[in-house]
Amino acid sequence: MKNFEYLQPKSIAEAAGYLKAGNGTSIPYSGGTDALVMMKDNLISPKKVVNLKSIPGLNSIDYIRGEGLKIGALVTISDLAEHPVVKDKFKILSEAAESIASPQLRNVGTVGGNLCQRPRCAYFREDFDCLRKGGNACYAFDGENKLHCIIGGSLCYIVHPSDLATALLVLNTKISIASGEKINEIPIADFFVLPDEDFTRENILQSGEIVTSIFIPDLPEGTKSSYIKFRERAVWDFAVVSVGAVIQTSGSEIVSGRIAFGGVAPIPWTESVVNSKLINRTIDAHIADEIAESILSNADSLEMNGYKIPLAKNLTKRILTQLLM
Amino acid sequence: MSEETKSNKFSRRKFVKGIGSSIAGGYILSPAIAKAAKKISKEAKDFSEGKVPLSLKVNESVINVMIEPRTTLAELLRDELKLTGTKVVCNHGECGGCTVLLNNKAVYSCHLLALDAAGKDVTTIEGLSSNGKLHKIQQAFVDEDGLQCGFCTPGQVMAAAALLYKYSKPDKQQIMKEMSGNLCRCAAYPNIIKSVLSAVEKSNG
Ligand code: FES
Ligand code: FES
Repeated sequence: MKNFEYLQPKSIAEAAGYLKAGNGTSIPYSGGTDALVMMKDNLISPKKVVNLKSIPGLNSIDYIRGEGLKIGALVTISDLAEHPVVKDKFKILSEAAESIASPQLRNVGTVGGNLCQRPRCAYFREDFDCLRKGGNACYAFDGENKLHCIIGGSLCYIVHPSDLATALLVLNTKISIASGEKINEIPIADFFVLPDEDFTRENILQSGEIVTSIFIPDLPEGTKSSYIKFRERAVWDFAVVSVGAVIQTSGSEIVSGRIAFGGVAPIPWTESVVNSKLINRTIDAHIADEIAESILSNADSLEMNGYKIPLAKNLTKRILTQLLM
Repeated sequence: MSEETKSNKFSRRKFVKGIGSSIAGGYILSPAIAKAAKKISKEAKDFSEGKVPLSLKVNESVINVMIEPRTTLAELLRDELKLTGTKVVCNHGECGGCTVLLNNKAVYSCHLLALDAAGKDVTTIEGLSSNGKLHKIQQAFVDEDGLQCGFCTPGQVMAAAALLYKYSKPDKQQIMKEMSGNLCRCAAYPNIIKSVLSAVEKSNG
């Protein structure tokens, strides 16, 4: 790892200034759990590392009943997972947070960093001059693509590695981004970028822009939620496929529901045709099968990852059965 | 472990460290190497311009050092402070061998910039025992044979120590979850869990 200057801004504006002035040679740094890997492996060698942790006010969780949950970008994954309101009301989020990496990394990694982490594709991480790193080929397309995407890929076939992203997409989260003097709040669905838009980035952040917080609207009474992550090892592993669901019921009726998937696409993935089937629907014995059959209808798997389609369907059945039966 | 074997072990470790430095000292006598050494020390001096001050507490002592920002906490502990009980195995935040406590929470010291520990309290395996008396987790690992080769053990013990800060009476499930960030290549897991359970039982009377 090359040496660098470690800058300690006291405000978002100061941090943004450092990042802009760096002209691509400065990086934002919070927990560093991913950035440090990239630096140790010389995938990036920034001249200046801008420590966002020195900025006050970005590490609290505030809940207002009836409004929602505001989570600062610097909240650690373990503080999120263990927060009483998150555990009680937003189970999908505490379950997703708990499933991330290991206790040691959850104590250090942050919410903002988790959303901005780079892909885990082995070709991206290792010594391949791949498209996402400015090269001219995606080696996964006809290479080892067991863990790559089955939908939403074109030119590049990564999956988005963030568990929180999938959960937050289900929760209709808004994400706040400091850009110049302004803070823009956008739906989290608009934050992530598919490869056919730009295969060199996973999100819309421009140099000098910083994620400051996220906001999750409160869930109505009678809402249940969950996150199921299928992985090859029980701990410290990324999702092979994951599914998150939030469902509001009233008696034997589903009022509304949303499902999203991780590990299937270059962005956290949700489908409005599927979610629309979860509005004003009577709960019956077929519902889990029916919804599971309807997901990922446009999936187009690569040579080694076709198994992800039945896996996603089965996880969908499992999560619906768990939440409804 | 008897006092005698313990002190033997410590002196063996000092001996190994000592050999390293005396060999280096011997070589300096050769003029070619002396020249090379001069060059290295000049480079080292240039490097030192990139150094910044860091102040933190390690095992309750205040430490003030000048370090390069890229220094990891594990490098600071092992290379600068000679606290070599902390092991670096993967150096990638994946195995847990380097686990230490930062403000009583478990972290991978190989995967944390030393500068991120500024103003905080670091506890290493060396700081766990007090007045020559092993910490209850250490004692339990000895009593329950919670290791085979022992290389992962300092990290396991620190992860278990963090667990006891988090839960006063963790159950087996909680132990397995909180220690899941620590790999053991010898797969001594059953006895590691047994050791932690026994320490928990003992401390709860
Ligand atoms: S050496 Fe730090 S986690 Fe492996
Ligand atoms: S005892 Fe050998 S690696 Fe754990």
